Amino acid sequence: MSLQVAESAIQQAEHADEAGGGLWREAFRRLVRKPAAIIGAIFVAIFVIVAVFAPLIAPYSPTATDLSQIKGPGHIPGPSSTHWLGLDDLGRDVFSRMIYGARQSLVVGVVSMAFGMVGGIILGLLAGGLGGWVDATIMRFVDMMLAIPGLLFAIGIAAMLGQSLVSVMIAIGVVNIPVFARLLRGQMLAQREADYALAAKSLGVKRSRIILGHVFPNSLSPVIVQGTLTLATAIIEAAGLAFLGLSGADPAIPEWGRMLADTQKFLTSAPQLVFYPGIAIVLSALGFTLLGESLREALDPKNRR
Amino acid sequence: MLRFIVRRLLLLIPVLWGLSVALFLWVRALPGSPAQALLGERATPEKIRQIEIALGLDQPLYVQYWRFLEKALRFDFGTSIQSSRPVVEEMGRRFPATIELGVTALLIAVLIGIPVGYFAARRHGTWLDQLSVSASLVGITIPVFFLAYMLRYVFANQLGWLPNTGRQEARMLDVEHPTGFYVLDAIVTGNGPALSDALLHLVLPAVTLATIPLAIIARITRAAVLDVLNEDYVRTAEAKGLTARTITRRHVLRNAMLPVSTTIGLQFGLLMSGAILTETAFAFEGVGKFVAQAIPSRDYATLQGFILVIAALFVLINLLVDISYGLIDPRVRVR
Repeated sequence: MSLQVAESAIQQAEHADEAGGGLWREAFRRLVRKPAAIIGAIFVAIFVIVAVFAPLIAPYSPTATDLSQIKGPGHIPGPSSTHWLGLDDLGRDVFSRMIYGARQSLVVGVVSMAFGMVGGIILGLLAGGLGGWVDATIMRFVDMMLAIPGLLFAIGIAAMLGQSLVSVMIAIGVVNIPVFARLLRGQMLAQREADYALAAKSLGVKRSRIILGHVFPNSLSPVIVQGTLTLATAIIEAAGLAFLGLSGADPAIPEWGRMLADTQKFLTSAPQLVFYPGIAIVLSALGFTLLGESLREALDPKNRR
Repeated sequence: MLRFIVRRLLLLIPVLWGLSVALFLWVRALPGSPAQALLGERATPEKIRQIEIALGLDQPLYVQYWRFLEKALRFDFGTSIQSSRPVVEEMGRRFPATIELGVTALLIAVLIGIPVGYFAARRHGTWLDQLSVSASLVGITIPVFFLAYMLRYVFANQLGWLPNTGRQEARMLDVEHPTGFYVLDAIVTGNGPALSDALLHLVLPAVTLATIPLAIIARITRAAVLDVLNEDYVRTAEAKGLTARTITRRHVLRNAMLPVSTTIGLQFGLLMSGAILTETAFAFEGVGKFVAQAIPSRDYATLQGFILVIAALFVLINLLVDISYGLIDPRVRVR
């Protein structure tokens, strides 16, 4: 009984140094005052809405061809009133393909980030929570993974798993595991020495309970920031893999990275085909990066007022 | 110091051995086989069998690994099946290309990134600062190969100022290359036209490859200088009446360079990843493009040899970075 009372006191103490409201509520208040965060949030919102409601927004099917517009071989019609961004080399509506492409990019970004984050959290939690030889073994393993150039590592895994979007997502996820693991472990080591953790320890709270109930949840914010930033890098990395010929097996499914890679041969004749998917990747990645960076600053205790 | 270096070099042996096993198993786990990639549509079971016997792929794994290891120790990595040349010969042609490209890119990143970061911090909060922060964010989020295409489109296709792809013009094919570093070769042989040709071909790929490191170095420099400017010893130096120049040189820059030099040391991995994309986008015949091509053609010998050498270079570069810390910061001098 007394232990429970003491524990709830500790829980309050964890947040006592924050002026008004919890850590996240306060961070949110700081966040909405930042122009960079607002711009990032708008980009991300547009990206997500387009991806989710693609069938309602796109004027044509992404695979339908309009051959009436093509006047002879090699002719790629530019923007017109019927096809806002023109047609691609196979007579498909580029605007519709861009809209549907947002879906693939969002899925690739979210799934590979989640894969890396979950893997990283498991390793980081084991290393930071158990310590000792478990920690040493996991961290050597993580160091080894970090020593391989990221893209080369991702290419290696994607090539081994075979041509599919799933293998691309696994490859990018695996490459990101060590980053999350290291971040969480470092944060947990710092939190374990915090006053509230020592107080709980001196009260005789079980170690597993301190680690899982107090230290772990208090160590998560940098991991969430990293997750937001990883959404951006995952989209860019997936485009890079597509450029190198490692992407989904079906070329009919529109995906920005692949659209960019497949249209490089038209750089002189129809540069717009290269330009649109490239800009879409930059803007969506920029949205997540702006949001992530602003979140990092908002959560940083140094910026607390 | 010497003991530290020797110990680190000895550590290279188990690391490379472990990596050689992992690489050996990985190339064999790739779906398909070199014989199939080589024959393509014409593959029949008999032909595949013939090629596998010729390449020694019919032997048990441990025999194959032993043969590979025995040869690799004599720096013989077999023959590349994409080019039918010895892998070591390909290394001699391609490593100079990538090193030339990477060093140029890193120079651009450092020579522009540090001043940009420094002046952004000095003009903290002004539009100049905002501009550098936004530009570095875009620099980090733009896909390398998209940037490559845009630069090629504008500077090669539209303006015609710079060559589109490759390392040299076709008319330069008979120029001698004793070292494989085209810029160096042209200087050594005193060949003016070859020098300008090599440099012009280097501009766009190097700028492309430099973008991400440049953005990162500028950001870290800005943050580091801002931190140092708020330190007590800078205020003390100002109070002592030291000139702004002395404070900048002796106190601000020297202390701010510590995190910056760590960051520069960490750029090699990014440069290697970037080189794969940059070289492919510019048809620049370097290590990155060759390794990327080796995967679809299941070029076992190339993948094993090249990645092993890349990893060894990596460990050596990290060692050099660690040693250089001691030179910059007396506090971390290694014993």
